[in-house]
Amino acid sequence: MQKNNVLTRLMRNQIFIPVAALILLAIFNLIMDPSFFKITLGYNSVGNPVLSGYLITILDYGSELAILAIGMTLVTAASGGQDISVGATIAISGSVVLRVLCGTNSRPETLQAPIIVAFLISCVAAMLFGAFNGVLVAYFKIQPMVATLILFTAGRSIAAWINNNELPIISDPVFGYFGGFIPGIPIPTPFFIAVACMIVIALVLRFTNLGLYTQAVGINENSSKLNGLNPAFIKFLTFVILGLCVAVAALIKVSRISSINYSVIAKDIEMDAILAVALGGNALSGGKFNMAASILGAYVIQFLTTTLYKFNVQSDALPAYKAVVVIILVVMSTPVVRSWLSEAGKKIKGRTSQKAKEVA
Amino acid sequence: MKDGSVLEMRGICKSFPGVRALQDVDFTLKQGEIHALMGENGAGKSTLIKVLTGVYEKDEGHIYLKGLEQEAAIRSPQDAQKLGISTVYQEITLCPNLSVAENMFIGRETKHLQDWKKMNEAADRILQNLDIPAKAKQQLADCSIAVQQMVAIARAVDMDCKVLILDEPTSSLDEQEVEKLFGLMRDLKKRGVGIIFVTHFLDQVYEVCDKITVLRDGKLVGEYEIKELPRLQLVSKMLGKELDDLSGIKDESMTYHEEDNMVPVFEAEKLQSNAGIKPFDFYIKKGEVNGFTGLLGSGRSECVRAIFGADRVIGGTVKKNGKQIKINKPLDAMKNGIAYLPEDRKRDGIIGDLSVRDNIILALQVLKGFFKPFTKAEANKFAEEYIKLLDIKTASADTPIKSLSGGNQQKVILARWLLTHPEYLILDEPTRGIDVGTKIDIQKLVLKLASEGMSVTFISSETDEMLRTCSRLIVMRDRKVVGELSGSDLNQSQIMSTIAGGDK
Repeated sequence: MQKNNVLTRLMRNQIFIPVAALILLAIFNLIMDPSFFKITLGYNSVGNPVLSGYLITILDYGSELAILAIGMTLVTAASGGQDISVGATIAISGSVVLRVLCGTNSRPETLQAPIIVAFLISCVAAMLFGAFNGVLVAYFKIQPMVATLILFTAGRSIAAWINNNELPIISDPVFGYFGGFIPGIPIPTPFFIAVACMIVIALVLRFTNLGLYTQAVGINENSSKLNGLNPAFIKFLTFVILGLCVAVAALIKVSRISSINYSVIAKDIEMDAILAVALGGNALSGGKFNMAASILGAYVIQFLTTTLYKFNVQSDALPAYKAVVVIILVVMSTPVVRSWLSEAGKKIKGRTSQKAKEVA
Repeated sequence: MKDGSVLEMRGICKSFPGVRALQDVDFTLKQGEIHALMGENGAGKSTLIKVLTGVYEKDEGHIYLKGLEQEAAIRSPQDAQKLGISTVYQEITLCPNLSVAENMFIGRETKHLQDWKKMNEAADRILQNLDIPAKAKQQLADCSIAVQQMVAIARAVDMDCKVLILDEPTSSLDEQEVEKLFGLMRDLKKRGVGIIFVTHFLDQVYEVCDKITVLRDGKLVGEYEIKELPRLQLVSKMLGKELDDLSGIKDESMTYHEEDNMVPVFEAEKLQSNAGIKPFDFYIKKGEVNGFTGLLGSGRSECVRAIFGADRVIGGTVKKNGKQIKINKPLDAMKNGIAYLPEDRKRDGIIGDLSVRDNIILALQVLKGFFKPFTKAEANKFAEEYIKLLDIKTASADTPIKSLSGGNQQKVILARWLLTHPEYLILDEPTRGIDVGTKIDIQKLVLKLASEGMSVTFISSETDEMLRTCSRLIVMRDRKVVGELSGSDLNQSQIMSTIAGGDK
């Protein structure tokens, strides 16, 4: 009886959804090809120890997504909508980093500015673009998807314009550490950056009222206002925070190739970030959220992508396969299906316990 | 089935996790009868209605309908509708941006092609038949709430209904509109429709109903002819105890004596907001309970909203304890020790998905500041304290507020504001749509708070309540303050004549 209670409580917990999805995917891979889980320690071209394997890839690329999911969760909670300009603003923010590092010459021998300065400037830029989206949504009350459609469309051109449509290349190996490996540490750096972001957001949620305020505004704007909150400002704030997340993700992205491809960088990443939020069991219509579930959701999405690559799905066909899996996952996570499942679970349990009684 | 009955419910049981909402309840509705279903919040009225309309599936029991050989199988609202059971809810559930005719026929087309002309003609005929002042082609949103309510009823009636359920249809109507609605109900009664009428207004029950069924704590208390059940007995049956509380309250309110030389806690001069009220003057002293009265739409709520900064203030000055202050937004008012419980609990009060605990601490938390969240332990302490103090019935402090009954939701909002320890508390319709017991609790609480030095403005559509609690009434008409009554002038007839205007 007690065991049942634990199980049903677990089922009701929001984080159950991404965990279940993760377990399903793991089991699938285990059956199809256990080598999926193999991790090998090797040396890269510079002679540093690096871990490699599918799980490491998931940890590596899932981290970018996890960082974006943090901001997307807050935007979703407060505004009841999503920012679809994330990929485009990553291009802008990445372009800013490269522009500051390169100065006027697109192929500099030495960096023209410290990396930290370039990063901070790109943070400001990304937060400004976030603020632009935020103003449209919070103060002009435009639907988030429509408001962010503007930068979704224009963002990549702006990114190209920042670097005069040239392709800057950074030769300094240090710049490559952020999206690769720090010498001597075999775990990909993006994972550490993501962990840092998680710690920061955990502290913010613990030591400020960001969580309570965004949820209150997302659930009932009228009441929030009458309780002294400023709903517009809180929505605006979440877009600025997402901007900051974008800047961090952009640094990783451009560091990976020490360059940028304006039309391809972080393409469709906004969809994965939104899916991470949905997979975390958070209502896309806003309100209550569970940050840990979103972050886990991000890694699950990457797990799925990597699994598909592993089975040699053509990259053109990838979205279609992903869509099928995503439909299943998202439908499974809706309250309707979950209540069916828990009821079915109860019935099965009822039968087994009856049988147990009969046996006794 | 007995002769003449259209509906019989026998031994209905329904449980939710942790609650037995209905236990062995019987209910009989005769043809051409208006039958009141009464009970406090949580007594099981809405559960019974929802079982009957197929929103919930019953655990046990039988439902029989006239004209059916066997038991009626109601598994969904569609089933109920097909069997001739129609419901009109408190909130209008039609589409305001469609025409009256479209609203009446939507979802009922059997053909794929719609003959608009015929539909409009049919709608006009029905409206005329029922004497409803609306035109088929009119947009629904252009009709008054009462007419919208009637259109909803017309829709129900036209779907050949035998049983019409009216769930608190009158709570947003003014007196004349209620009269019109009652006219329609009596008309339907003559046509043999059985009507189940759920309401909190005792006057209305005695005006229009034939029979009363009383529920309490999920059990049937009894079915009574209206003539055999005087008001006081009805109330005591609903509460399950003899009731002298109502008279007890009155004496307490006499204890307040205004001292002329006291500086008002709050004072407003020529205050005006963008909600369309005329500039008004207002003051309240320490420990005083006053109120705004007037017909629905006379600007009562707009006045207090202006005081709290809930609407945009466009003129006037406000003083607190004699010092001039500025209130441009709710937060300014809160910082000055003013609290406001809004009229529309669902829209402006509760944060539905958040827990009772978060709902209680919200206002104080906002006052404390963004960077200073309460610890879990602190929040729990506050929540537990007020759950106990106000006797809020909730499974735990973690329960989402939306799953509480209306009266308990209201108590949570009250707890939220009491927690901020305001000097001046504004209660806008705190007792609307909640059960008698909670109403009395709230009135008592108001008087207790006032005796402890809090100033309270109390607004209610029920004049009785205002007379019981307030020592001074500000009367409004057409968005303007037209009079002020206190002392011996505080009685029903004086209020009525002031509201009506004209010579004294």
